[in-house]
Amino acid sequence: MRNLLLAICGLAFATSAVFADPIADRQALMKANGKAMGSIAPIVKGEKDFDAALVMDALTKLAEDAQKMDPAVLWPVGSETGGDTTSAPAIWEDPAAFQAAIDKFKADTAAAVAAAPADLDALKVQFGAVASNCGGCHEKFRIKKG
Amino acid sequence: MGMIGKLSAAALLAGAAASAVFWVATRPERLPAAIVSELGAGDAGRGERIFWAGGCTSCHAAPKSEGEARLQLPGGAELNTPFGVFVPPNISQDPVDGIGGWTVEDFANAMMRGVSPEGEHYYPAFPYTSYARMKPQDVADLYAYMKTLPATPGAAADHRLGFPFTVRRGLGLWKLLYLSDEPVVDFPAGAPDLVLAGRYLAEGPGHCGECHTPRDMLGGAEKARWLSGAAAAEGEGIVPNITPGEGGLKWSASEIADYLETGFTPEFDSVGGAMVEVQKNMAKLPQEDRDAIAAYLKAIPPHPNGYPAWQPAAN
Ligand code: HEC
Ligand code: HEC
Ligand code: HEC
Repeated sequence: MRNLLLAICGLAFATSAVFADPIADRQALMKANGKAMGSIAPIVKGEKDFDAALVMDALTKLAEDAQKMDPAVLWPVGSETGGDTTSAPAIWEDPAAFQAAIDKFKADTAAAVAAAPADLDALKVQFGAVASNCGGCHEKFRIKKG
Repeated sequence: MGMIGKLSAAALLAGAAASAVFWVATRPERLPAAIVSELGAGDAGRGERIFWAGGCTSCHAAPKSEGEARLQLPGGAELNTPFGVFVPPNISQDPVDGIGGWTVEDFANAMMRGVSPEGEHYYPAFPYTSYARMKPQDVADLYAYMKTLPATPGAAADHRLGFPFTVRRGLGLWKLLYLSDEPVVDFPAGAPDLVLAGRYLAEGPGHCGECHTPRDMLGGAEKARWLSGAAAAEGEGIVPNITPGEGGLKWSASEIADYLETGFTPEFDSVGGAMVEVQKNMAKLPQEDRDAIAAYLKAIPPHPNGYPAWQPAAN
């Protein structure tokens, strides 16, 4: 019985690996990026009071997400099209430049966590540095398809 | 333009090219004296705002340059279009390679009529089809501001176009069809000043229609589907519908103004593609200008998407 259960678990694991959906996974990761930015933007705009704990949570989340951006896992060959992906062909045509954009995002988010902004002015600097990565990467590596 | 319109325009081009009328009809039109006299003395401070609204650096800055270097304006980027590759020229203050030797009248003729100091037509890859709607005073202010920018030596490469597009004279007919200094969207009397200010910025210096409006067979903007989105002129993908119509923008005016300032959508998706440069320029304008453009986008006629529905790849 126990073996059977293990076998079923193993099977489930195997199928989930086979049917892993990198397009859905990378979109979920990006949505999380958006959510984290959205949680601190009202503070940056002065609509909400500075909240150090909330800010650190969001920056840490962004840094963790940046670490998860492994092109081999989330943008494997074969996932250029399908679903409603808006990833640009440039990701596969110029993988070195894409990796460089990811590395910059990793460095800037890690630096923001390390800086641990303690007030609004410090946050504005880090927010600006992190935010420039979003448009910076989307400029070349993402296309709207309508 | 409908199919009949397209065919007759094509026939017009073909027929006219063969006749003597062609030579007269395609003569480069310089600005009338009345407009030239309105140019006045420019103010460099005011001109800086027009410079960012006009997005000159998007095409004329050195590719990949950052910060202060964006103001050197040596040209040299490559615009890949169905007509060939256009290379924006050096528009720095260098007297030989740039426009340092130009008078304000030369400059205004280039911006508002697409005519060079030598009396030749410019290609509409230089968006004078939009700049033609600018106020003479704003053009003079822009000229004064550009006078404060550096002189950068070095001529940009030539365009790489195939025949018949190499013949500049042929653009005269195209201009007869598509060049106008009239506003595109007609608002009823009493429309709010904010909306009219936004119309001026968006249809004139901001040249939003150059990317966001579908083009007909001859490459002219389809004004009946103004800002309804289009297939991207360069590369793949689409430029979104920014009218309030089906498939278009559902954001509030303040959400639109926020996007132009920060590059984030209300869902905290981030700006991408060719809009990144435009948004960076919009962020340099005063808040009231972004509010005006937002008010205009909320007030324009709604249209369904100006590009064909996307067919998801089967896999
Ligand atoms: C290194 C490149 C890169 C960086 C950095 C990046 N993105 Fe993305 N983003 C992409 C790509 C590629 C897609 C398209 C994913 C797809 O549909 O395949 C995307 C898509 C998105 C989406 C849409 C997801 C969906 O559901 O379709 C959002 C939202 C988003 N990004 C937000 C952000 C934010 C916010 C940041 C900055 C904190 C950011 N991104 C940074 C590359 C990047
Ligand atoms: C979308 C790209 C684009 C933008 C934006 C743009 N230009 Fe240009 N511009 C061009 C191209 C392409 C040419 C060359 C046209 C030709 O050769 O017929 C050009 C030519 C010119 C010329 C003529 C230069 C010469 O040596 O004859 C001037 C002046 C000029 N642009 C000024 C401006 C100013 C000022 C702005 C901003 C308000 C601007 N341009 C924005 C693409 C652009
Ligand atoms: C050089 C071409 C170009 C010009 C000029 C341009 N846009 Fe865009 N615009 C785009 C592209 C491409 C996108 C899609 C951005 C993306 O992929 O995230 C876009 C997106 C937008 C969006 C967001 C739409 C959405 O649904 O996400 C708005 C709003 C917008 N543009 C407004 C403007 C305004 C206002 C102007 C004039 C001041 C303008 N644009 C000029 C190319 C352009």
